Amino acid sequence: EKTKENIFSRLTRAVAGKSRVDDDVLDELEEILVTSDVGVDTTLKIIDRIEGRVARDKYVSTDELTKILREEIAELLTENNSGDTVEFAVPENKKPYVIMVVGVNGVGKTTTIGKLAYQFKQNGLSVYLGAADTFRAAAVEQLDIWGKRVGVPVVKQKMGADPASVAFDTLSSAKANDADVVIIDTAGRLHNKINLMNELTKIKNVMSKVVPGTPDEVLLVLDGSTGQNAFEQAKQFTAATEVSALAITKLDGTAKGGVVIGISDQFKIPVKYIGLGEGMEDLQVFRRKEFVDSLFGE
Amino acid sequence: MFENLSDRLERSFKILKGEGKITEINVAETLKDVRRALLDADVNYKTAKEFTESVRQKALGQDVLTAVKPHQLMVKIVHDELALLMGETAIDINIKGSPAIILMSGLQGSGKTTFSGKLASLLKSKRGKNPLLVAGDVYRPAAIQQLKILGEQIGVPVYSEEENKNPVKIAQNAVQYAKQHGKDLVIIDTAGRLAIDEAMMTEITAIKNAVNPQEILFVVDAMTGQDAVNTAKEFNDRLDFNGVVLTKLDGDTRGGAALSIRSVVNKPIKFVGTGEKLDAIDVFHPERMADRILGMGDIVSLVEKA
Ligand SMILES: Nc1nc2c(ncn2[C@@H]2O[C@H](COP(=O)(O)OP(=O)(O)OP(=O)(O)O)[C@@H](O)[C@H]2O)c(=O)[nH]1
Ligand SMILES: Nc1nc2c(ncn2[C@@H]2O[C@H](COP(=O)(O)OP(=O)(O)OP(=O)(O)O)[C@@H](O)[C@H]2O)c(=O)[nH]1
Ligand SMILES: [Mg+2]
Ligand SMILES: [Mg+2]
Repeated sequence: EKTKENIFSRLTRAVAGKSRVDDDVLDELEEILVTSDVGVDTTLKIIDRIEGRVARDKYVSTDELTKILREEIAELLTENNSGDTVEFAVPENKKPYVIMVVGVNGVGKTTTIGKLAYQFKQNGLSVYLGAADTFRAAAVEQLDIWGKRVGVPVVKQKMGADPASVAFDTLSSAKANDADVVIIDTAGRLHNKINLMNELTKIKNVMSKVVPGTPDEVLLVLDGSTGQNAFEQAKQFTAATEVSALAITKLDGTAKGGVVIGISDQFKIPVKYIGLGEGMEDLQVFRRKEFVDSLFGE
Repeated sequence: MFENLSDRLERSFKILKGEGKITEINVAETLKDVRRALLDADVNYKTAKEFTESVRQKALGQDVLTAVKPHQLMVKIVHDELALLMGETAIDINIKGSPAIILMSGLQGSGKTTFSGKLASLLKSKRGKNPLLVAGDVYRPAAIQQLKILGEQIGVPVYSEEENKNPVKIAQNAVQYAKQHGKDLVIIDTAGRLAIDEAMMTEITAIKNAVNPQEILFVVDAMTGQDAVNTAKEFNDRLDFNGVVLTKLDGDTRGGAALSIRSVVNKPIKFVGTGEKLDAIDVFHPERMADRILGMGDIVSLVEKA
C-alpha cells in the first residue's frame, strides 16, 4: 500500500492546539510549503498573501487558515493557466496532430509516451510513435515494447541514426496512413547543453517540412521529485523549443507535488498530464480542482 | 535565479562596516541569506535550519580582525562548516571478496543502469578487476537490453535470464556463475523503485540477504528536491547502504540534496556521475560540492585573500 502525507494533514498537525494564526503558524506553513518543493519565491508569495489577510481581518483562526490556503493555491494555479485539459483528445482540425516530447534524462518521457498512446487509442484515435531517441542504449527497443503493449506502430531506425530523419519518417508514414496523432520521443538532455538543445530545433524544423505547422505541441516532461532545477528546465526548454504543455511524472512517489504549484505560478505553460506510476494506465489529465483536493486530503 | 552567495553576503554586510565584532543583530540578516541560498539549492529545510544555527554559534562573538572584512570572515565560517558537514576526502569502495558483490539501489530513472556500466568500466581499467554485470531489472521495458548494450560498449559480460522474473534467483545464479567463470567482481543492477512501494522494497532486501553484498550503493539524481532525505532515509533503513552515488552533476543544479542526505543518513557520497557516456564518472570531492551548493566557485581565493 502506497501512502503519502498531504499538505493538509501536515498543516493540521502543525497547528494542533493553536487557535489563531500567528508567526509560529506562518513559520510552520513556510516549512510545509518549502519541503513540498513549492519553491522559495512562490512560498513567500503565498505567505505574504496570507499575512495580508491576517493583517486585514485581525483575527484569523487556524480553521480558516486551511480554507484561505486552499483558495490561494487554487488561485495561483488558475492565474497563469488556460482552462483544464478535459480529456485525452486532440483538436479535430489538425491531422495528424503532432506532439514532440522533450525533457532532461530519466524523467519519464518514453513511459509517458506509452501511456499517452494507450489513452489516445482507447479514445478511438490512430497513433504513430517515432523513436527519435537514437542515443540512449535500448531507447528504441524500450519504445518499441511500449508500441507492442499498446498496439500502435513505432517508426524507428538503428541506434545512432539521425533523430531528425526518424522524425521525418514518422510524420511521412503517419501522413500516408491518415493517422490522427503522432508522438515523437527524443533523447533525454540536460538544458545546459547547447548542442543538444540545438538538435531539438533541427528535429522541429524537419517536422514542419512534412506537415506544415507541426509540431502542434511540445510536451516538456518534468520529474515530480525534482527540486528547484525544475524551474531552470522549464525556462531553458521553453527558450529552445517553445514548450506548450507540461507533464509531471512520478507523483505516486513521496514527493508532495508542490512543484506543480511553483511551476504554475512562475510559468504560463499549462500542466496537462500527471504520471502516477509505471503502468499503462497510470497517466491522468491534470485537473486543478482534483489536484487541490488531493493536497487537502479529499 | 541563483545569485552568488558571496555577492549576497557582501551586500548584507554593508551594514556591518566598521563594526569590530560579529553580533546577534548584524549576523541575522546574513544568516537569512545563507538559509535562502541553501533552500534555493534544494538543501532540506531542517538541514538548512540546523546549519545556519551552527554557523550562528560559530560566528557570534568572533573578533573581526582589522585585516579581514566581516563578510569575508562570515564566508569563511560558512564554507568551512559546510565542507566539514560534507565529510572528509573520498571514501573508497570496498571491492575485496571473491567475488566482491556490489548492489545498486535507487528511485526510477536515477541512473543506476548507466552507473553500473560506468563502475564496471572504471574498476576493470583502473583496478584490474574482471567484472560481471547482472541484469536484475525484470520490469522496465528493454532494461536487460540496455545493460547488454552498455556491457558490449565496455567489454564486460552481462548475466541475464530473459525468462526469469525473480531478481533474487537471478542474483544468486549470477554469483554462482561468477565463481565458476573466474569473475572477481559482480555488479547487480536493479529496477527503480519508490521507497513507499512495500513489495519492491521487500524484494531488494531479499536480494541483499540472498547474496550478501560488500557494497550497497544508493544512486540519487542530483536534481532531486526536498524529498531526497526521506527517500535516502527509507532506503537506508531497509538496506543500510554503504555509500551514495550522485548522478547528473553535469547539469546546472546546485545539488543541495547531497548535503541533506549526507547529514541525515550519515553515509559517504562515493562517486558522482557527470554525463551520459560511460567514462563520465568521478570520485566525490566534498570541498567542490560545498562550493557548488553555495554557488561560490571563487570561495577559496576569497578566503585566501582574507
Ligand atoms: N513511479 C513512477 N515511475 C515512473 C513514472 N513515469 C516513468 N517512470 C519510471 O521512470 C523511469 C524512467 O522512465 P523513462 O520513460 O525511461 O524516462 P525517459 O525520460 O524516457 O528517460 P531517458 O530517455 O533516458 O532520458 C522508468 O523506470 C519508468 O518506469 C511515474 O509516473 N511513476
Ligand atoms: N547527463 C547525465 N545523464 C545521466 C547520468 N547518469 C545517467 N544519465 C541518464 O539518465 C537516464 C536514466 O539513466 P538510467 O541508467 O537508465 O537510470 P536507471 O536508474 O537505471 O533507471 P530505471 O532503471 O528506469 O530506474 C539516461 O538517459 C541516462 O543516460 C549523468 O551522470 N549525467
Ligand atoms: Mg526515453
Ligand atoms: Mg535501470
